Amino acid sequence: MKRIFISLLALGVFVGLVTTALHNNSTENTPLAKLNEQYARKTKPSVDHSLFAELKKKFTKPQQVTAACISCHNGRAVEVMQSTHWNWERTEYIAGKGIRPLGKRNVLNNFCIGISGNEQSCNRCHIGYGYSNASFNFKDSLNVDCLACHDNSATYVKAIDGAGMPDPSVNLNYAAQHVGKPDRTNCGTCHFFGGGGNNVKHGDLEQALFDPSRDVDVHMASDGPDMECVDCHTAQKHQMLGKMYSVSSMNRNRVQCEQCHSAMPHESDILNEHTYKIACQTCHIPLYAKVNPTKLHWDWSTAGKLRDGQPYEEKDSAGTDVYMSIKGSFVWGKNLRPDYIWFNGTASHYLVGDTIDPTKSVMLNPLFGNYDDPDSKIYPVKIHRANQIYDMRNRYLIQPKTVSTKAGDGGYWKEFNWGRAAEEGMKQIHLPYSGKYGFIETEMYWPINHMVSSKDKAVQCTDCHRRNNGRLANVGGFYMPGRDYNPLVEHLGVGVLVLTLAGVFLHGSVRLAVSRKRKKVK
Amino acid sequence: MKKEYVYRSFERFWHWMQAALIIFLGITGFEIHGSIQFFGYDQAVKYHNTAALSFLVLIVFAIFWHFTTGEWRQYLPTWKNLRAQAEYYVFGIFRNAPHPTKKTVLSKLNPLQKLVYAGLKVLVIPVMVMSGLLYMFYRYPQRYEVLGLNVHGLEFIAIVHTIGAFLLVSFFIAHLYLITTGNTVTSNLKAMITGYEDLSKEDVKGDPDSEINEPVYSK
Repeated sequence: MKRIFISLLALGVFVGLVTTALHNNSTENTPLAKLNEQYARKTKPSVDHSLFAELKKKFTKPQQVTAACISCHNGRAVEVMQSTHWNWERTEYIAGKGIRPLGKRNVLNNFCIGISGNEQSCNRCHIGYGYSNASFNFKDSLNVDCLACHDNSATYVKAIDGAGMPDPSVNLNYAAQHVGKPDRTNCGTCHFFGGGGNNVKHGDLEQALFDPSRDVDVHMASDGPDMECVDCHTAQKHQMLGKMYSVSSMNRNRVQCEQCHSAMPHESDILNEHTYKIACQTCHIPLYAKVNPTKLHWDWSTAGKLRDGQPYEEKDSAGTDVYMSIKGSFVWGKNLRPDYIWFNGTASHYLVGDTIDPTKSVMLNPLFGNYDDPDSKIYPVKIHRANQIYDMRNRYLIQPKTVSTKAGDGGYWKEFNWGRAAEEGMKQIHLPYSGKYGFIETEMYWPINHMVSSKDKAVQCTDCHRRNNGRLANVGGFYMPGRDYNPLVEHLGVGVLVLTLAGVFLHGSVRLAVSRKRKKVK
Repeated sequence: MKKEYVYRSFERFWHWMQAALIIFLGITGFEIHGSIQFFGYDQAVKYHNTAALSFLVLIVFAIFWHFTTGEWRQYLPTWKNLRAQAEYYVFGIFRNAPHPTKKTVLSKLNPLQKLVYAGLKVLVIPVMVMSGLLYMFYRYPQRYEVLGLNVHGLEFIAIVHTIGAFLLVSFFIAHLYLITTGNTVTSNLKAMITGYEDLSKEDVKGDPDSEINEPVYSK
């Protein structure tokens, strides 16, 4: 008995020692606390612009505001004119296609498709005045719209179909006197409404971020650090950090969570090790489109139905557009689990004139990456699918003219004639149109970076480490514990166990039976 | 009745510690494998790693003990009586035949035990330890100045580890049953708990109907 006791005691001490030795007792959480404190301090502009005489002179044209800005901030407009916000194009290397200019100026998407021929409307979101057609003068610094980004009064708005000109109702003097660092209103006015409405494009960038709760976005939360876009999307000489793979292809100029949080911010080693192959966003953005729906599918082919000769719109019970005569039918989604892909930071692009295989869905911006590539990590994405117009004989996508600025210009949204819209749109991008159009399925990949959840809402182990329906069920190229197994080993292994059990039961029963029999005989 | 001290205190400690760890590693391991749910995945991983390291420590002590005491010789496989022992389990045991080999302090293991335990010691356990360490320390790719084994993928490691796990569970089931095939149903178990066993009862070539060999399957 004593020996048993001693053995048990020894066992207890042994287990105790080993667990203590392996247990890491550090619970200090200072890096995050420091960040919270740092971003809680809001800076105020160092000068009061409302006192400057230059800004009190009555402005009749927006260019006069720019001139007034430049009169003090000389050189800044030149910086702006080197930015992607201004040029809507940058020189990018695309694997397999070489060095090409890439940007809103020339790429096609599967939302409103492209700006060519439609500048009067689309280019409301250009940070300039009067980019109404391809011949816009990108060299004229007076066309830089300082207020679009620097008005802090939230009174400055650009006119609908105004090619970037301010709405006539805007008091330019008031706006000019209330300038400062860009805030969410400045960025969100364009970036939350891309694609023709709130949250249409991104899914993780929408008007709810003007004043989100912690559940929606832990960084921008009014009851949290209340961060501005530019706190992460920092700028040097008006060159903003960050870009989107809908209009770019190279692994550069990206905003990284690691800028603030370091590469291995977790207390747990196992979680830190996940960062070798898993992007922060993958676990920390479990859901996107948390407040308002985002567009998942856009079918242009159903556009053009009219009632009494007039275009119309249909909404679902939640008030979301499901059909518009000018645009076709939509499928929306809310509170979505992202799709997941391997991504190394580089992408390809469909470029105007690229021939397509009409039997397959066309990937407009395939994102590159796989497990074997050391630069790849698993990222969350929104996949937007569409059915959009293409030239059936020439086998390329069509840039249709959608916006109509004058009668008979072919703008689809007035004339509802795809043939004319294709003809006029293709003239703008200098490609022949065969006269025969069709509709083809296309896909776009939008990495999800915003709407970060608090850590208690992050993706949990078994959301991925599970046999069925895991979040990474379709992400291949590697073995993941809990998800993967070798079917042969599994079957043989279970077989061996079953045989062993059966053998034991059989052997035991016979022994028991024989022994009973023997006892009776006795 | 003469009881002999067959299993020394460290040996018993080692045996039960190993038993507990293997059961625990089995439960946590198959949870990580996705077969069962018990502790919760993150806990299972933590526990499995801790238990694995404890097992390594135990193995170091056990190896030391085996060599310093010379007990390692107990596991040297032999052809002698191997067939007889197998035949005993297949036929003799039902006829109440005597054990073909005598258990003594100097030769505790029958030929089949020698073979199976040696197999565990030189094959299954080392393979599990190696694949387990690779599983723990593989990194792909090595990043952020963290040192690790730059093994490209987990698949081979994981499959080997899984095969070993199935073998160990299978051994565990058979072992639990074979404990009952001693002189009496509980004599082996008692010996491994107390250390003492009455080896004089062990009759190798006695009368099958003798009182001594009466098994106590039921009371």
